[in-house]
Amino acid sequence: MGVITDYLPLWGETLLGTIVLFFGGGALALVLGTLVGAMRVSPVPIARGIGILYVNTIRNTPLTLVFFAFAFALPPLLGLRLTSGVSLTLAISALGIYTATYVAETIRSGINTVPVGQAEAARALGLTFGQVMTLVVLPQAFRSVIPPMMSVFIALLKNTTVAAGFSVVNLGSIRANMSEDGENQFIVLLWVMAIFVALVLLLSWAQRALENRWKVAR
Amino acid sequence: MRTTRIAGAIAGLAVAALALTACNSGSPADPGGDAGAGEEETGALWEVATDVALEGSPTFDNMTERGKVIIGVKNDQPGLGYEDAATGERSGFDIGIAQWIAASLGFGEDQIEYQTIPSANREQAIVNGDIDYYVGTYSITDKRKEQIDFAGPYFITGQGLLVAADNTDINGPDDLAGKIVCSVTGSTPLQRIRDEFSPGDTVEYDTYSQCVEQLKAGSVDAITTDEAILAGYVAQDPDALKIAGEPFSEERYGVGLAKGDTVLQQHINDLFTNGGDVWQALFDLNLAPAGIQGTQPAVD
Repeated sequence: MGVITDYLPLWGETLLGTIVLFFGGGALALVLGTLVGAMRVSPVPIARGIGILYVNTIRNTPLTLVFFAFAFALPPLLGLRLTSGVSLTLAISALGIYTATYVAETIRSGINTVPVGQAEAARALGLTFGQVMTLVVLPQAFRSVIPPMMSVFIALLKNTTVAAGFSVVNLGSIRANMSEDGENQFIVLLWVMAIFVALVLLLSWAQRALENRWKVAR
Repeated sequence: MRTTRIAGAIAGLAVAALALTACNSGSPADPGGDAGAGEEETGALWEVATDVALEGSPTFDNMTERGKVIIGVKNDQPGLGYEDAATGERSGFDIGIAQWIAASLGFGEDQIEYQTIPSANREQAIVNGDIDYYVGTYSITDKRKEQIDFAGPYFITGQGLLVAADNTDINGPDDLAGKIVCSVTGSTPLQRIRDEFSPGDTVEYDTYSQCVEQLKAGSVDAITTDEAILAGYVAQDPDALKIAGEPFSEERYGVGLAKGDTVLQQHINDLFTNGGDVWQALFDLNLAPAGIQGTQPAVD
């Protein structure tokens, strides 16, 4: 218990870091992913091409490499000075852009569950592609992909620890701080694990609540 | 492994050729000539001890049973503990100290197995018994002594600042207002700079090499850690980097040992105390070129 009580401010700071990364990266991934998912089913060939290129290049790149590009290639290129805010923004961008590919594919699978007749009927009413998507297809698509979407976000939550190696304080960096102080890092890691299990349980609970509310009756 | 063996064979041939030419030219016989064949450069500084007996040292018992000694080291600190990625060859002051200790215990260089262990995992590796002892910029602290024991200190340095060679506004830790300082995640130097001085901001990475990269790119203003470590980077790239100001803390490097092995601890302390000029020779070989001063400290 000493490793928690003696270092309460550190645990608070790192937990906050993880939560900020999760929500920042999650929001970016959701917006970008929905956009890319829609692009992949759009009737415009260029949009489809960009969507395919984006998903296939970023999704096939290891997350650590994406982080490396953001932490080491981008700052000299843009002449950035690495303040905490800049590092955090770079990390959130890396996480968001990486996770967006998974969100896009999940949404595309959801779009495929919406009966073709729905879109055809919407088009017959004179709606544009944007209107068909936002008013008819995507709302239904989201409802049918809640469990896989939540898996994507659980993966995102755990992926936040990668940012620890790139100058963003989060639960993944607490081990380095504690072992420098001579604490037993195995015990520290067990606590970090327990916190992640608790956070994931929260997400699972949110998933069940959303499922019960939005379930598509078939 | 294969390349080192080939390199060793070539080195052996070269030594043999030298010995032959020496004979031909009729110059006086080199006293250590025969024994020198196959010995490494540092082999001249000491001899591998024979018939070593350390009563009551469990670590030593493990070594003899195994027939080799496993030493924990660093691999990314030029001048101290460095591994050439291309040849796999290790060099540096800490490596020299590690070999010296091994020789005093009766283990030659071919009976040493190095394990690269990052700072954060050192105590655990010693507690688990993965390594026999650790030599790698390991500061003696009370907190660490709760888990392990230290022999030494064998070197004293202090926290310093590394800046770009053309930087003139940073001359010490008090000039850091508004500047961005880089160090390794969670390290003591980083915590000290945050708590006692007020830098504009701090950046933390897994290794100092990554900080050096950002410093050269101009993304950060300074790097902070022990001066001995910084000096190694200056020696690698003196045109781009320099050390700013004087050290502002005292770090005493020790050899990390399993807790309670006082016999081995005493043995290593005796070795440091009675080592004669071996320490100075190692220092001159590895650290003097990096431009720092040093004298051998007395052991505790």
